[in-house]
Amino acid sequence: MKHSTFFWFVLPSAILMLLFIALPIVSVVTQSFYSAHEQVIVTVENCGPFGCTESTAVDQEATQALQDEEPLGKWVGTAIYTDRNHLALGEISDAWISADGLPDFGRSLMNLPFYKAMAFTLTYTFIVTPLTIILGFFIAIAVNSVAQALKGPTIFLSLLPMIVTPLVGSLIIFWMVDARGVLGAGLQWLASDPNLSVKASTAMMWMMLMFYGVWHSAPFAFVVFYSGLQTVNTDTLEAAMIDGASRWERIRHVVIPHLFPLTTFVALIQLMDNFRVFEPIVSFQAQAHATSLSYAIFNDLGGETRLLSSAAATSVLTIIGVAILLSPVMVRTYRDFTPRS
Amino acid sequence: MTMMKSLVMGTAMAVLTSTTAMAAGHGCDISEGRVNIVGNEFPAIQSVAAAALECASGVEAESNLTADHQKINLAGMQGNPAEYTSAIVANSSIVALINEDVVRPLDDLVAMYGQDIPARQLITIDGKVMAVAFMANAQHLVYRKDVLEQIGMDVPTSYEEVLAAAEKIRAEGIMENPVGGAYAAGWNLAEEFVNMYLGTGGQFFEPGTANVSINNAQGVEALEMMKALTEYMNPDYLTHDSNATSAEWEAGNVALMNMWGSRTGPLMDTEGSEEVVYSNTVAGGPLTVGDSGNAASTLWWDGWTIAKNISDEDAAATFQALAHATSPALLNDETMEQAVWLMDGFEPQPLNEGVLATVAAGANPYPMLPFMGLLHTSLGDNIADYLQGNESAEQTLADIEAAYTAAAKEQGFLQ
Repeated sequence: MKHSTFFWFVLPSAILMLLFIALPIVSVVTQSFYSAHEQVIVTVENCGPFGCTESTAVDQEATQALQDEEPLGKWVGTAIYTDRNHLALGEISDAWISADGLPDFGRSLMNLPFYKAMAFTLTYTFIVTPLTIILGFFIAIAVNSVAQALKGPTIFLSLLPMIVTPLVGSLIIFWMVDARGVLGAGLQWLASDPNLSVKASTAMMWMMLMFYGVWHSAPFAFVVFYSGLQTVNTDTLEAAMIDGASRWERIRHVVIPHLFPLTTFVALIQLMDNFRVFEPIVSFQAQAHATSLSYAIFNDLGGETRLLSSAAATSVLTIIGVAILLSPVMVRTYRDFTPRS
Repeated sequence: MTMMKSLVMGTAMAVLTSTTAMAAGHGCDISEGRVNIVGNEFPAIQSVAAAALECASGVEAESNLTADHQKINLAGMQGNPAEYTSAIVANSSIVALINEDVVRPLDDLVAMYGQDIPARQLITIDGKVMAVAFMANAQHLVYRKDVLEQIGMDVPTSYEEVLAAAEKIRAEGIMENPVGGAYAAGWNLAEEFVNMYLGTGGQFFEPGTANVSINNAQGVEALEMMKALTEYMNPDYLTHDSNATSAEWEAGNVALMNMWGSRTGPLMDTEGSEEVVYSNTVAGGPLTVGDSGNAASTLWWDGWTIAKNISDEDAAATFQALAHATSPALLNDETMEQAVWLMDGFEPQPLNEGVLATVAAGANPYPMLPFMGLLHTSLGDNIADYLQGNESAEQTLADIEAAYTAAAKEQGFLQ
């Protein structure tokens, strides 16, 4: 292709990517280096239906003057990244010095919101992603061998968890595992412990979130693998059958190598999605047990006073996290598609 | 959808209230300007918005009432001209609007159109009227009369008595988890701490500054009492907000709880629960904690503001419509029991007694401080760690202070 043809061909998508992907990221990065201005606080008397109280308020005129001078806010560099609610570098070095052995240091680390969120996010990502791929693969194999007439309905049912909106899907499970719900009461009966509560135990809450994660994303892996199965070379399969290969041997030596490039694709998408785990935490009301970076952003923006810079810094950290997580897969893909000389 | 509903409601209310409005003497003669109200969605506010829209029926008027109002009111008032000409807020949420300077002082409008508004309804900050309050709310004890009779105990007036009664109810096998409370991690849990800490006589900040000071004996006392209460709650308490707690009540699983006055109506009506539950549900007074004698509750008002970035005609139209909607003309048989109204002519209903008792007990209003929202968020994020037994009360209080301090530095309240 001529260079000019190529240029005109990609220009529209390049412009759109610049507008809708690059510029917002630039704006978020910029925001994360600025904080709000120093607020000029004055003591005032507030009166209302319940009498008068001495109180404090922001001096609007003085604050406005500061704001007009520097409309972006106060330049703070990386101060927001390093403060306690993010990377907490100061707290970590204090904890390292005063820690009584590694377990004690670990406890101090888990007491910091960012590391607590990372602990759950990474556990979730590294447990849910492989399970999703394995489960999706086996559903695909199973559906592929179902009789032709039943295929349509089976595929539809297998896709249901993905079709249901994440918030709604997790709310349904949330009610079912309630101490008075079907699954919750069933678990109590199984364990013969009337006080067993999934929502009250951190370990069980984590398990439930991960169970939900696999349940919700397995259909995605299934669809991808199922379409891959349609292109498996039947000659090779038949040859293997003639050679006396069992069903498992055929899957192991013919199907899996054929589907392997797709696994990279599914892993890429799933790593990205699972690192941004958010909806189940909200609808399971799990914030007392598990938080994630996305939940931290939501929390910063949902309070009565919005912490824009803090949310921006967490967003940038999320982007960096996704980039680190994806780099091995990306390197692998790059190698696969670069012709070896 | 909400907007549609409000418009329909407005028409319905127009038929209902037009006679009252005329009888009140000053009808609505708004001929120019624009009215657009954003606010929370519950019956009392729906009535106010409907009455305001009916009053402004001659001009462009609409309302957007939604539980997510706090997520949209600031953005909807920052433009010039602002989308919303008025936001209905409470004493915690007005602070975010004042901090961003999007609501206007109302003194000139009060002088021109609001001479009839009693002084107690005017919310003044530094001598300037910033909002007009129309209803009061507070949390207070709600109890099951029959259960207390069964165990032969008086109505508790302190949390210590609640614990004693709960122990007895459990010991006698009447209920396994007799105490309820909106202890869902996040805003609700933080609100319970705010109540309890004020009940112990604690101060959130060093006076006149944004320096937080809750890591003290009162803070520990408040946390310990909260943990003692959770021993008698449904083990899922960290996921129970006001809705879920009300559902537990209606299911007959709870006999004692601290609940919002505005939510007692649905508990006492005949819907959603058995006769033995609703007919024995009684609103008590506020509870105290320890020997300080302070009510462990906060007083709340709901009121309306007027946007800054709108024309004077729009502001005048909105002011007149809302002043009319929150005048005695609003009160009728249907609206009377929707809230503890602050207007003249309000006659307290049995279900309002809890809120009135809380006001009478001299409970503190929820602090209207520019940085209180940041502390509330930090409280909601950290208290669950202590209640779950992961760390000591002192450690939790230190974490809350550290989280607040980092956020307050970012917002420019602390250096």
